[in-house]
Amino acid sequence: MRYIVDRLGFLLISAWAAVTINFILPRLMPGNPALLMVSRYQGSLSPRALHAIKLEFGVTSQSLITQYGHYLSNLLDGNLGISLTYYPVPVSHIIANSLPWTLGLAGTATIIAAVLGTMIGIWAAWRRGHWDDALLTTSTTFTGAIPHQFLGLLLLFGLGYGLHWFPVAHAYTSSMTPGWSLAFMETVVGHAFLPAITIVVPGLGGWLLHMRNNMIQTLGDDYIVFARAKGVSPRNLMFRHAARNALLPSVTNFAMAVGFVVGGVVLVEEIFSYPGVGYQLFTAVSNEDYPLMQGLFLIISLSVLVINFLVDLLYAWLDPRVRREGET
Amino acid sequence: MAEMTASPLDAKDDGPRRAPNPSRFGWLRVLKKNRKAQAGFIIFMGFILVAVLAPEIARYSPSNTNFPPLQPPSAQHWFGTTGLGQDVYSQFIWGTRSSLIVGFGATLISTLLAVAIGMYPAYWGGWLDRVMATFTNIFLVIPGLPLMIVAAAYVHHSNTLTMMVIIGLTGWAGRARVLRSQTLSLARREFVWAARLTGASDWRVLVHEILPNMLSLFMASLLYGILGAILAEAGLEFLGLGNLSGISWGSLLYWANNGGAVLDGAWWWLLPGGLGIAVFGTSLALMNFGLDEVTNPRLRQTSLASKDRLSRAWRALKGESPQ
Repeated sequence: MRYIVDRLGFLLISAWAAVTINFILPRLMPGNPALLMVSRYQGSLSPRALHAIKLEFGVTSQSLITQYGHYLSNLLDGNLGISLTYYPVPVSHIIANSLPWTLGLAGTATIIAAVLGTMIGIWAAWRRGHWDDALLTTSTTFTGAIPHQFLGLLLLFGLGYGLHWFPVAHAYTSSMTPGWSLAFMETVVGHAFLPAITIVVPGLGGWLLHMRNNMIQTLGDDYIVFARAKGVSPRNLMFRHAARNALLPSVTNFAMAVGFVVGGVVLVEEIFSYPGVGYQLFTAVSNEDYPLMQGLFLIISLSVLVINFLVDLLYAWLDPRVRREGET
Repeated sequence: MAEMTASPLDAKDDGPRRAPNPSRFGWLRVLKKNRKAQAGFIIFMGFILVAVLAPEIARYSPSNTNFPPLQPPSAQHWFGTTGLGQDVYSQFIWGTRSSLIVGFGATLISTLLAVAIGMYPAYWGGWLDRVMATFTNIFLVIPGLPLMIVAAAYVHHSNTLTMMVIIGLTGWAGRARVLRSQTLSLARREFVWAARLTGASDWRVLVHEILPNMLSLFMASLLYGILGAILAEAGLEFLGLGNLSGISWGSLLYWANNGGAVLDGAWWWLLPGGLGIAVFGTSLALMNFGLDEVTNPRLRQTSLASKDRLSRAWRALKGESPQ
């Protein structure tokens, strides 16, 4: 219990930090950037909307504390302002439409990378010192250093425009109406294929190395030697004795991996015009649509924070020692 | 989290009694022994050389647009030309220089922050350490690239310096955490306590006693810092948030993407920027491999430890009879 309260407290503190960063950043910058935006959209907005934006970004004579109070109460009402690019669509509406795409893409890609990377990691540890271990670790080191945007462009170049194996943009064929039909699902999977590979490949190396090193660490433990002495078969020894214990620290790797994936998703969605929050963030940034940008940053951060919280809970469930530590 | 509250003064020591001197220059020894680390170091130095000699080895001005556009590689243009008629080879060479400058600059900033926020409070312990550890953990979970994107968008037109600052200010948390945990374990050892008793100042103890004993780890975090900074820079450039009048690996990719290199089939325009980042990044990671093997003896090659329990377990695993 104590552990859960602890993690919940951290979730709240970090969420508050993300909210505050969002509030403070435009106000910290020399020459309030919102002034530029306001002058740019002067003609196209209603005076009321313009006033709201000025308040939102601190182009006002109110004290910082009052502004912060307004900002927080707006957030609690779920009011994220109005997008300038899609004027007069509310930011929350855009987020609701784009977040599911990103969660689906990033979630699937993360799970694939974690499972695949971990399996290869077990294999590499198993074959340690052999040529295939060297090949696997070195080549995933290289793929881990490939920037997402570069890999995305290469895949687009080769498998998209070159061989026409996969669609090159968007999340589904535009002539179809979204729904739960099988045909629609098929186009969704087809469209997600290249973006997903682009996210999975650079992420593999981290999982692989983590698992490999944990495995090697575990294989040096006494209980492994003992299990061997008992006559446990090598296969059982590897998977049921060593891998199960080595897997645990990999769960903590999740927090880092999610951050990496989110960064990748932003770039990948831009390349494939995938209609998720990353693509919208890019749109917002290129149009200097600060309300949309702030809303998106907030929702991206909160999603990551909640996912980390859930992983912490999972970790406690998997490892009783964590729970006990929290109780003492 | 009991170790969080302990100050260096309660010398409840369970570590070695003397300073673990032999590991001090472990990271240098790695270069002699580890083939991966050697390969990484050679590639790394190659890039440094290219960056330093950029004005000598670039064949044309990188911004010269007088060449025929979209030419494939030829004797005149080794890497072909861009859609605007620039020489890709010269852009790559100059791009190496500015990418490395931003990468190193940002890493310098994030290193200073990681030392100030991770190491120093950990050495002191107490409430300062608890506050800073929480602060670090918060920054660790707030997604880095989106934060940088937002910051860069407010800055408007970034130049080299603002890029360094944005990346440096957002990229310290992971490194601070690694340095903190190592400092915590070293700060309570007896040799540190002894140094403090002789009246050495805090910074002196930190720099002369603690830091040398975690050099391998420090170097590893430095290498990861550079890799992260260069990837971050390329990401920002790619979204058009960098210095668009400058030339870097990231902006090469940005212009290739926006200039339709993919549609025109201009692979020569696409490859150099991305490969530059990937190969340079690999060289950093290879050096890290070597360092990992020093800081974690169990990861060393079996040949180095052929008589220990580990290798017996290994031979057992492979089905050979234990000898």
